[in-house]
Amino acid sequence: MTTVVRDGLFTVGDSPHLVGGRCGDCGRHHFPLLGTCPYCSSDQITRAELSRRGTLWGWTAVTAPPPGYLGDVPFGFGVVELPEGLRVITRLSHPVEHFTFGMPMHLRIVALHTDENGDDVLTYEFTPEAYDRKIVPTGEAGGGRA
Amino acid sequence: MTRVEITGIGLHPFGRFDGTSVTEMGVVAVRHALADAGIGRGGFQAAFCGAVYAGVAAGHKVLDSMGMTGMPIVDVEAGCASGGAALMLAAGAIRAGQYDTVLVYGVEKMPKGIIRSSFFEPWREQAGLAATPAYFALRAQRLMRESGVTKHHLASVVVKNRRNGVNNPDAMFRKDVTAADVLASRVVCEPLHLWMLCSPNEGAAAVVLRKGSGGGVELAAAALRSHLPGSVLGEATPMSGLATDDITPPTSLAARAAYEEAGVGPDELDVVECQDTDAARELLSYEELGLCNPGDAAKLVETGATEMTGRLPVNPSGGLLSKGEPLGASALGQVVELTRQLRGDAGPRQVEGARLALSHTVGRGANACVTIIRR
Repeated sequence: MTTVVRDGLFTVGDSPHLVGGRCGDCGRHHFPLLGTCPYCSSDQITRAELSRRGTLWGWTAVTAPPPGYLGDVPFGFGVVELPEGLRVITRLSHPVEHFTFGMPMHLRIVALHTDENGDDVLTYEFTPEAYDRKIVPTGEAGGGRA
Repeated sequence: MTRVEITGIGLHPFGRFDGTSVTEMGVVAVRHALADAGIGRGGFQAAFCGAVYAGVAAGHKVLDSMGMTGMPIVDVEAGCASGGAALMLAAGAIRAGQYDTVLVYGVEKMPKGIIRSSFFEPWREQAGLAATPAYFALRAQRLMRESGVTKHHLASVVVKNRRNGVNNPDAMFRKDVTAADVLASRVVCEPLHLWMLCSPNEGAAAVVLRKGSGGGVELAAAALRSHLPGSVLGEATPMSGLATDDITPPTSLAARAAYEEAGVGPDELDVVECQDTDAARELLSYEELGLCNPGDAAKLVETGATEMTGRLPVNPSGGLLSKGEPLGASALGQVVELTRQLRGDAGPRQVEGARLALSHTVGRGANACVTIIRR
């Protein structure tokens, strides 16, 4: 069994997407999906499945578990720019040593940790296109070693 | 416009004080500030207190324990800019003619370790997306890419501030360090090493503001601004932002407002205290405050301009890297330091002849405050 770290953040399956919103007034995208446009205050929002592919804008590695964190360390952390004109804060696959600015990345859904019911709790991360591999590792917590 | 003067300053040292309550620290700072201003109970008509982690009615508890309640007491929370926000409200009330004398203070007793903040939803903490130093690291990486900043520049900021802190008895860290020491400390989040990050801690600061008649130290501007929508790496840290680099950061918004209010420009400043939550944040602040052109922070630090011996010393107190960061108190701690500088009372860390000074904090909200004082 699996569950997700927060409902409505992403779709799962072979072709997962982050779920954001598109503003009917200013035309801009946001993530996660909100009821009000965070740029122009419009309430004309439609659900939008965001591109699975983007480019790397910034990255680092988190080496010590931050407060409240339930996964393994170290893990990658950074910003991926999507074709919708959006920069998304995201976990990244680890290690990050060979990452470069503008590197093509794609979304994958990974197990963050196992909860008290023995269910894998899924979250999203981006990994370099070049590192492509099977999505949703089973029995492997954390950032899925590339 | 009504002239507002700083007539009293007080501080409880910044550090770790097991066994001393946040209220007791506030009393120390307030008592010093009132004595410095030559006033006592009944000598001020309102009180504004900056506090973030100190709980309900933190400011009231300080004045309650001194038998000084009865007047309006307002607790102000604006993240790292809380003290600046309190100062802005107090100055505005005096200029509006509401009060003649206002007590402004900030208190804090931070939990140890990485700052945990109710700012982040639980799922963001669980997924590892609430790692504050990681956001600092991403900003540092962008600054390195866009402004030619290297790890050596980052280390040199730490060396400068820690050297200044040696001369500040109110600082938490008072030992000189070398660039090699800084770069040998463990990597927290590449490119930031442990010694490039300030320590959340404890302390209190207080300032008395009075409707002025000339003379003394004038509060020429106290500006507070929040972020504009869409910046993914601003202190607001939304989950996403727009793919543009043209969003003016809150520090620049506050700085512009403060320069306008004071009728001065960054070229006229004699001394600055700015937010050095991490070493890169200080360099970014140089650019955002207009101390140098965008992209020139590395050059400015290379010239030594911001050293004690340079043309514009930055963080003569040792900055947050030496003092630590008690959120509610840190902005007023800067104002206390700069008032000492303008009075010529800063001892071995005195910036000779300082007449115009700027302080800056920025943090959660996002909130940025910029204060300008002069004599």
